[in-house]
Amino acid sequence: MIPELGTLALVLALLLAAAQAFFGLVGAQRNRQSWMAAVTPAVAGVWVFVTAAFAILAYSIVVHDFSVQYVAANSNSELPLLYRIAAVWGAHEGSLLLWIELLATWALLVAALSGGLPIAFRARVLGVLGLVGVGFTLFTLLTSSPFARLIPAAADGADLNPLLQDPALAAHPPMLYMGYVGTSVAFAFAVAAMLSGQLDAAWARWTRPWTVAAWMCLTVGIALGSWWAYYVLGWGGWWFWDPVENASFMPWLATTALIHSLAVTEKRGLFKSWTLLLAVFAFSLSLLGTFLVRSGVLVSVHAFASDPSRGLFILGLLLFFIVGSLTLYAVRAPSLKSDGGFELVSRESFLLLNNALLVAAAGLILVGELWPLLMDAFDLGKISVGPPYYNMVFMVPMVPLVLLLGVGMHAGWRRALLKSRQRLLLTLAAAAIVAALLIALVGYGGPGAPLTIVCFAAGLFVMASALIEPIEQWRRGLKLPRAALGMAIAHFGVGVWLMGVTGVVSYKVEKDVSLAPGESTEISGYTFRYEGTRPVAGPNFEALEARVVISRGGKVIAELPTQKRTYRVQKNPMTHAGIDVAWNRDLFVALGDDLGQGKWSMRVQYKPLVRYIWLGAVVMAIGGLVAILDRRYRVRRTADEPAAAPGTARKTA
Amino acid sequence: MWRYFAPAAGFLALVALFAFALMRIGSGKLDIREIKSPLIGRPAPAFVLPSLTDPSRQVDSRAFAGKPYLFNVWGTWCAECRAEHSALLAIARSGGVPVIGLDWKDEHEEAVAYLATLGNPYAEVAADNVGRTAIDWGVYGAPETFLVSAEGIVLEKHIGALSMAVWQQKFAPHLKSGGGS
Amino acid sequence: MSRWLTLLALALVTTAALAIDTEAAFPDAARQARYDRWIHELRCVQCQNAAIADSPVGLASDLRRQVREMIAAGQTDDQIKAFMTERYGDFVLYDPPLTARTYVLWAAPVVLVLLTVGLAARVIVRRSRAPIDSDPEEPA
Repeated sequence: MIPELGTLALVLALLLAAAQAFFGLVGAQRNRQSWMAAVTPAVAGVWVFVTAAFAILAYSIVVHDFSVQYVAANSNSELPLLYRIAAVWGAHEGSLLLWIELLATWALLVAALSGGLPIAFRARVLGVLGLVGVGFTLFTLLTSSPFARLIPAAADGADLNPLLQDPALAAHPPMLYMGYVGTSVAFAFAVAAMLSGQLDAAWARWTRPWTVAAWMCLTVGIALGSWWAYYVLGWGGWWFWDPVENASFMPWLATTALIHSLAVTEKRGLFKSWTLLLAVFAFSLSLLGTFLVRSGVLVSVHAFASDPSRGLFILGLLLFFIVGSLTLYAVRAPSLKSDGGFELVSRESFLLLNNALLVAAAGLILVGELWPLLMDAFDLGKISVGPPYYNMVFMVPMVPLVLLLGVGMHAGWRRALLKSRQRLLLTLAAAAIVAALLIALVGYGGPGAPLTIVCFAAGLFVMASALIEPIEQWRRGLKLPRAALGMAIAHFGVGVWLMGVTGVVSYKVEKDVSLAPGESTEISGYTFRYEGTRPVAGPNFEALEARVVISRGGKVIAELPTQKRTYRVQKNPMTHAGIDVAWNRDLFVALGDDLGQGKWSMRVQYKPLVRYIWLGAVVMAIGGLVAILDRRYRVRRTADEPAAAPGTARKTA
Repeated sequence: MWRYFAPAAGFLALVALFAFALMRIGSGKLDIREIKSPLIGRPAPAFVLPSLTDPSRQVDSRAFAGKPYLFNVWGTWCAECRAEHSALLAIARSGGVPVIGLDWKDEHEEAVAYLATLGNPYAEVAADNVGRTAIDWGVYGAPETFLVSAEGIVLEKHIGALSMAVWQQKFAPHLKSGGGS
Repeated sequence: MSRWLTLLALALVTTAALAIDTEAAFPDAARQARYDRWIHELRCVQCQNAAIADSPVGLASDLRRQVREMIAAGQTDDQIKAFMTERYGDFVLYDPPLTARTYVLWAAPVVLVLLTVGLAARVIVRRSRAPIDSDPEEPA
């Protein structure tokens, strides 16, 4: 009975989303005040019913209603409560419900916080969001209902994949989806602008905070996924260029480019075409990601149960939203001319180059993803494209980008005017190179590969460069506006991230060994002594626990317990690795197999600076948050922004 | 003016590619996980392995020359192999070609008992406990079945459980044209 | 025991069964480095979503052993590549070969960067010739 209410709630949400779309878009087109006024209640109604459906699914899982197919497939009577709630988004149908829920939430936030926008524009934005909602809710109801019944009901569920039974599971998909869905807000702003013909600095100012918010969520979501893979999968990898990982990284790159393009449009009214295209590009990559994960065209460890017919539906969504909005762009773009020049070396040109490189990076990932599929589809053979390829080619756009970053952030608008900072920047660059060499020599015992030094230096330079403005303003006793402070923090985070990546890629050490009790092995100056194993019982597993003592220079620094567990329900053996964390490195120990007579195979790893990868991402996200809180994004209706008069093409100089 | 339509056109092409791939997947013509064997048309890899049924004896692939044969990779740990076993027995009886088995990474006693209980369709069974021969044949999962011509050339490979239908549609036609060429 | 409690951060994590080699490492670092590189470049054809370095299945450890033996026997990288592709096709290589069909893949990075940067450069040059001070859009 209750699951059927869930279906009903979704149907009602669908109808209200359709109303939201209709009243928003048609109301704005025909300038009907009463229709446009109906949009806000529709948004609220959608949210209420989607949340109800979400709650009903959660309830069904929590109370172990195994007559619901989704619950039977993804839960179990012994599954702890936290993971039962997380199981709501653990598989395809439920994750779609999460998507719709977050879309409804974003729409609610937009409705609540955009009272200062012109009425027609706001109506259009919400109308587009309503259309997206219609598309996804229809997809869920028609092909992937989480409320489908299992008759007869299962006696017990198949349990959630143990790899997913982890606290990070609670956080990673919701955060990531907040980001994915957030790109639809920027998209909605772009489409609204194209429909109304109004595309100016004010529009950019309205769009930017929403874009940065989505970007923040994507950044944290991706970082969570990387961190989780690192400690759950145990072989110390943090990025595999897996198709689904790529599907999240491409929208991130596009959204980063979009934020920077919006900055130029906001400040100088330039790059309008590029900004529109990037907004559509970011959302299309987000939709493309949804498609790739659920249609079965790509092999991935993350892929949901795939189904070509579902794939075709999403393809229909892609066709409607993306080809549709790009056609609208083609119609509108010719009239989007703007005047305004800038010097060869100026902030505008740096930002344009920055975006060119980001788009190239997203493009090359896309080519790597799709080329094997294209070859296979046309019977041209089967190839694999994996980490060796991506790691190498990704540097082609990225190295120039990080080198330009430290300088670009100080370039002035219209004229770079770097002369005043020139000496400081050169000094910092030289210092960064020296520091990089020192780090390599002192920290890691050698001059290091040229690329390692270059990347260390770039990371340090970016960090120092990002701090120049805040420090200068602070020394003058002035307060830096939040937007500028946020930008400084975010760029600082990029430098931190770069240090982490360079450190771990250049200096990580992995060793597989077989040790008898009392034997030890050594990597990078750390000695790992294996002391033996003993049986240990856990709440729902049996384990053999090994104790490994880590010492350096004769001094013991850690005792790591590491286990090989057999979960009673699941029966597959799982390794529970031990990680020792310090400010500059991780040490990993994971048990392999029992080789008899107390001898065990195990993998020990030394991972320098690896935590800075995720720390850098968190700092980037904090920078974004600070930037959004800048007062200039509080939307107030001012004299020059008429609240009515939609459809009038605003004069763009 | 028309260049503004480039993004839309580009995306449309992308959607068309995906639709094409999806339809091929849906109709079974495209399996993204299937690796087409590079061995087809090339000489079958040679091997010398202990026989499963009589460990003191060796199974030498050179002994199969001169006649076509089926080469079936299996293991007691593989559920699909169990499913195809009756088809294998039928093919061994009526197909006109001997079936040579490769017992891949298996437990000796269990394999012997398996054949004793369910029937033995194989003229010979080689035990590959180390896995080298399987790698030489490009095996990446069980069951896999190869058809080798009288001249020792690999004619066809089937991945997954064998059935009479697969035998008739995929393998038998090669034999009708004179023992494989 | 007490030392354990004073550590900065200790994380216990769960993983599936690991792909750990039981043979000793190569005595010389160069060959070990070659081995490490190869096991990360070869795709596990059975599970298909990991390199043989990271895959716990039997075929992956067999293939790792195969690579180890070939390196120990002094085979060149080309010989190892030929061995694997003769049996599994190009699919087994995570680093795609450069052939007529994969030319697009290998040209893409440079072509894309040249294209996008070239486009950007064209815009920059054009704007640098435009009058710089006209700007009614700028907020006060």
